[in-house]
Amino acid sequence: MDLKEIIKPENIVYAKPRLMNDNPMHYCPGCSHGVVHKLIAEVVEEMGMEDKTIGVSPVGCAVFAYNYIDIDWIEAAHGRAPAIASAVKRLSPDKMVFTYQGDGDLAAIGTAETIHSANRGENIVIVFVNNAIYGMTGGQMAPTTLEGMKTATCPHGRDVKLNGYPLKISNLIAQLDGACYVTRQSVETAAAIRKAKKALRKAFENSMNKKGTSLVEFVSTCSSGWKMSPDQANKWMQVHMFEKYPLGDLKDI
Amino acid sequence: MAKEVKLMKGNEAIAHAAIRYGCDGYFGYPITPQSEIMETLMEESPWETTGMVVLQAESEVAAINMVYGGAGCGKAVMTSSSSPGVSLKQEGISYMAGAELPGLIVNVMRGGPGLGTIQPSQADYFQTTKGGGHGDYRLITLAPASVQEMADFVKLGFDLSFKYCNPAIILADGIIGQMMEKVVLPDFQPRRTEEEIRKQCPWAALGKPSERKRNVITSLELDSAEMEKNNIRFQKKYKQIEENEVRYEEINCEDADYLIVAFGSSARICQKTIEIAAGEGVKIGLLRPITLWPFPSKPIKALSEKVKGILCMELNAGQMIEDVKLAVECKIAVEHYGRLGGIVPDPAEVWDAMKNKLNISAGKESTGLNGNLNTLSSEQINDAVSNLNTMVP
Repeated sequence: MDLKEIIKPENIVYAKPRLMNDNPMHYCPGCSHGVVHKLIAEVVEEMGMEDKTIGVSPVGCAVFAYNYIDIDWIEAAHGRAPAIASAVKRLSPDKMVFTYQGDGDLAAIGTAETIHSANRGENIVIVFVNNAIYGMTGGQMAPTTLEGMKTATCPHGRDVKLNGYPLKISNLIAQLDGACYVTRQSVETAAAIRKAKKALRKAFENSMNKKGTSLVEFVSTCSSGWKMSPDQANKWMQVHMFEKYPLGDLKDI
Repeated sequence: MAKEVKLMKGNEAIAHAAIRYGCDGYFGYPITPQSEIMETLMEESPWETTGMVVLQAESEVAAINMVYGGAGCGKAVMTSSSSPGVSLKQEGISYMAGAELPGLIVNVMRGGPGLGTIQPSQADYFQTTKGGGHGDYRLITLAPASVQEMADFVKLGFDLSFKYCNPAIILADGIIGQMMEKVVLPDFQPRRTEEEIRKQCPWAALGKPSERKRNVITSLELDSAEMEKNNIRFQKKYKQIEENEVRYEEINCEDADYLIVAFGSSARICQKTIEIAAGEGVKIGLLRPITLWPFPSKPIKALSEKVKGILCMELNAGQMIEDVKLAVECKIAVEHYGRLGGIVPDPAEVWDAMKNKLNISAGKESTGLNGNLNTLSSEQINDAVSNLNTMVP
C-alpha cells in the first residue's frame, strides 16, 4: 500500500490539539506539566470554549503556561490565582475560568486564596500539579514533600518535627461546602491520562453548570528536582507518592 | 434640572459614586475607618441594578488580586482599605503597575506604623507616592479635601487609570472618610458592554477570538534587555502623566507673603489658619496639591519666588515637605508642622507654629480675604474624630 493512501484525515488516530502552539516547552524531560497542558487544551477545544476560556497561570514551573496554550491568560502573583479567577468569573459568568497551580503556589503561599475560593463555591476549575517539590526555584521543600524526602532545603530528608507533615490539601478542600468535585489523578500511563482527561472535562463542565469549585489534583513527577530519570521518577511516584496521595475521587456531588 | 444635594460621609460618597460611575466590581476587606464603603455597597446591592459585582474577600491581599484579575479583563474595578490593609495590597499594586493595568484603590489613612490607631493620619504619603511595592513604578495619587471630592475622584481616578493603563489611588484620611458634608453625586452612567471593553482595551483577557493573538496579562519578562525596554516605556508614560495631569488648587496665593502647602484634611484646616493670619495682618496663600503624584512642583516653584517662606502642614512627621523642598530647590525657608498618631491640630495651633518657625511678626490690622473659603469647622473635625472614637479597629 502506498503511504499517501494511508495519510488521510479519516485515518488520523492522534493529533496535537489545535490549541497547543508550537513554542518549544521549557519543561524538563519526563515532567508531567506538558501532558496536563495538552489535556486542558484538548478539553477546552472539545467543549468549543476556546474563545471563552481564561486561564490563570501561577508562579512556579507553570508560570509560562501562557506560552503554550492558545487562549487568553492572566499571570498571577505567587499563590493568588484563585482570587484572580474568582473575580474574572464573577465579572464574566459566561467565561470558562481555570487556575493552573503547583504545590507551593496552591498549598503554601496561596492556602488562604485556595480555601476561600473553594469555600465560596466559585464556579472555577483549579488544576493542581503536585510534584512534592519547588521545581522552578531549584528543588526546595514543598508543603507536599513526603516525610524523609530530600530536597535543597531539607537535605537530610523532611523531618516532620522540624517541617511539619505533608499537606493533603485536596482532602481539606473536599471538606468545604463550596467544592463540588475534588479528584486526584496522574498522567504517567496512557490509561491514567485517559482517566485524567475525563476528570478534567467533568471539572470544566461543573464550572459552566454553576455547580461550584472543582479541583483536579495531578500527582506528578519532577525528575530534575527528584534527581531521577523520568522512568525512575514515575516508578518512585507510583510507590511513594500514591501511598500518601492515593488516586481517585475525594468528592463528587 | 437642579442637582440633588445629599448629606453623607466621605466613605458613603465613594460607594455611591462607584455605582454611578458604572464600576464593574468592588473587592474589599473590612478595616476602620473605611468600612462604610463596602457596607454602603452591600446595602445598595448594585448587582441587582447596574450589575456591579461586590465581594468581601478573605484578605486585602486577595482583594487587590481580585482587582488585578478584573482589571486584566478590562473591567473598571476597585478596592478600598486603610493604612495597614493598604500595606498588604502593595504586592498587587506593583503587579498592576508592572502589567500596566487600570484600577482604583482607596486608602482612608489612619495613624501608624503597625496597627497604630484608627484616628486620621497622612503618614502614608511616602508609601503612596514613592513606590510602596517593589520596582520602579508610580501610582496616580488623588488627595480629596471634601466629601464632594471623594465622590468626584472616583470618576477622575478611573478615567486617568484607563487613560494611562496605570493604577490610581484616592488618598484620603479618617476625617474625609468619616465627616459628613453636602455632596452632589455624579450622574449615572452605564457600565460598558463587553464589546465596548474589547474596543477600549484590546489587550484585555476576555477570551481569544480566532482573529487575534492570545492576550496575556503579565509583568514577567526574564530577558533583561526586554525588561529594560518595558521599564523605559513605563518611565516615558510616567513623564507624560507628570506633564499632563498635575492638579492643584491655589487659595489666596496672589500677593501672599507666605505660603502653606497642605493636602486633604490638612488643607481644609489650613484654610482656617490663613483666615486667622489675615486677621492679624499677614497674607498667607494656600497651595493644595490635588494630585500628590504627579506633584505640583512647578506652581510651588513659581510661588516660592514671591513668598518669604513656606510651611508644609501634614498629619505626619514630614513627608510631602521633601517634595516641596525639591520643588523650590531649597532656595527659601521650608518648614514642617504636623501632629502624629491620629492627633488633628487646631487651625490656631498651626498659625502659632508657622509664626514661630518662619519668624513671622504679626500685627493686629486685618488684611481681609478674597473669596469664600471652604473651611472645615472644628465641629466637623470633632464629629469625625468622636465618631472614630466609638469604633474599634
